[in-house]
Amino acid sequence: MALLEVEDLRVAYGKIEAVKGISFSVEAGEVVTLIGTNGAGKTTTLRTLSGLLKPLAGKITFEGQVLNGVGAHKIVSMGLAHSPEGRRIFPRLSIEENLQLGAFLRKDTDGIARDIDSAYERFPILGERRRQAAGTLSGGEQQMLAMGRALMSRPRLLMLDEPSMGLSPIMMQKIMATISELKSAGTTILLVEQNAQAALSLADHGHVMEIGNITLSGTGEELLYDESVRKAYLGED
Amino acid sequence: MHGLPDQLANGLALGALYGLIAIGYTMVYGIVQLINFAHGEIFMIGGFGALTAYLWLPDGTGMALALPLMILLGVVCAVLVAVGAERFAYRPLRGGPRLSPLITAIGLSLALQQAVWAFYPNAKKARPFPQLGGGDLDLGFVALSREDLFIFIAAPVCMLALGLFVAKTRTGRAMQATSQDPDTAKLMGVNTDRIIVMAFAIGAAFAAIAAIAQGFKTGEVNFRMGFIAGLKAFTAAVLGGIGNIYGAMVGGLVLGVAEALATAYIGNIPGLEQFGGGSWKDVWAFVLLILVLLLRPQGILGERLADRA
Repeated sequence: MALLEVEDLRVAYGKIEAVKGISFSVEAGEVVTLIGTNGAGKTTTLRTLSGLLKPLAGKITFEGQVLNGVGAHKIVSMGLAHSPEGRRIFPRLSIEENLQLGAFLRKDTDGIARDIDSAYERFPILGERRRQAAGTLSGGEQQMLAMGRALMSRPRLLMLDEPSMGLSPIMMQKIMATISELKSAGTTILLVEQNAQAALSLADHGHVMEIGNITLSGTGEELLYDESVRKAYLGED
Repeated sequence: MHGLPDQLANGLALGALYGLIAIGYTMVYGIVQLINFAHGEIFMIGGFGALTAYLWLPDGTGMALALPLMILLGVVCAVLVAVGAERFAYRPLRGGPRLSPLITAIGLSLALQQAVWAFYPNAKKARPFPQLGGGDLDLGFVALSREDLFIFIAAPVCMLALGLFVAKTRTGRAMQATSQDPDTAKLMGVNTDRIIVMAFAIGAAFAAIAAIAQGFKTGEVNFRMGFIAGLKAFTAAVLGGIGNIYGAMVGGLVLGVAEALATAYIGNIPGLEQFGGGSWKDVWAFVLLILVLLLRPQGILGERLADRA
């Protein structure tokens, strides 16, 4: 069975249905990406998976356990971490405190300290500024912190929402390189991106979302060379 | 005889009292963006709880024994009412329009006043509050009454404990995270409902201690005492920068000292004779609030909203 199984998921804000019955799955060890334009329902999907939004219908199963109706703060402890859109670091807490909050539910003090050190190894700039308020970091650095923070819970599924949003091309490359490093290390990732080229190049599977539906699915490579995808999302005509 | 040091001591004692109540406004606002207008009544109930503890004790019980029990029962009563209010009045409205909890808070404030008026024995008039007794503590340059001494010890102890709790403990960090970004705090595994309850409870406990201080100061508690005290403390919270716990205490102290000095000295200024004295002190307090709102709307220690991510 897949690590994450989403069946006929529907989510609405009031009367407006943002996700209209999507199904997909994520196998352990793979990177799956949801691509699509603004308003396609990608972020809504992630927020529902992590428990911030309640689904209207459908079923979410993670490692065989049904997630519907489980509170967001409990879903983290089940092994699902979510690095939200817009990074959402805690601006007036220090970088180190942000990382510690990522490990909020863990009790193994030594393990937490080791993981903080490895976050600093992965992102040296965070280590240099560990006592600084996180709000003083640049956008790219905040993204590193957000990813580092999400990893602090030692998740079995890492959900990244628009990690490249608003970043300079160099920073974007850096973030994408980090994601591919995480992939090589065996981390299972569900990646939401508007930068379809970058996302599809490193994804095992991809799904194209359009106004609340999945309209096309395939391996990363298949989608990358798909005619309609190239036209709609990769800026070719 | 009432020189400047005495007026300052008087103002600081009053200000520390406002500051302790203001913590409750500012913590709840910082986490759920709700002005809990029933907080003044939580304060009042703390005072009645303390009085009840005193009345239960046999006559002639010394204050050394009575005071801890008064604090305990005052705090317990205030916390229970505040937590109950959060659970049954505010939580069901969370996520709805922001006006609903505000109206609820005002309704709750009236309901609590009337409940004490109607059901607490002989509470239709002010009930005398026990006194600490003992003479003033003469420090040479200033003489502190026992009543002032109580608040001068209680306020720093409370502030220090709260400061350490927020900055150093895991739960305190979760509280800061929740106030900065509740949804993301949930993603970290923080049970934000519990954090909200905790903010209400801490605010209520501090308000109860302030109510005891006020009971000592004025020699009475009454069902309406939460109104003006609550309004002043709310002013202090805004003065200091709402959402900031240290701001609440600073705002309280500034307000208390301003009131004391205005009461004592404005009447001496030629042309302003009729504005001196105690009857104008509330006016000066609110004039100060208006000035701060005009000149520094974010409050003394507040940050401009644009600086908040």
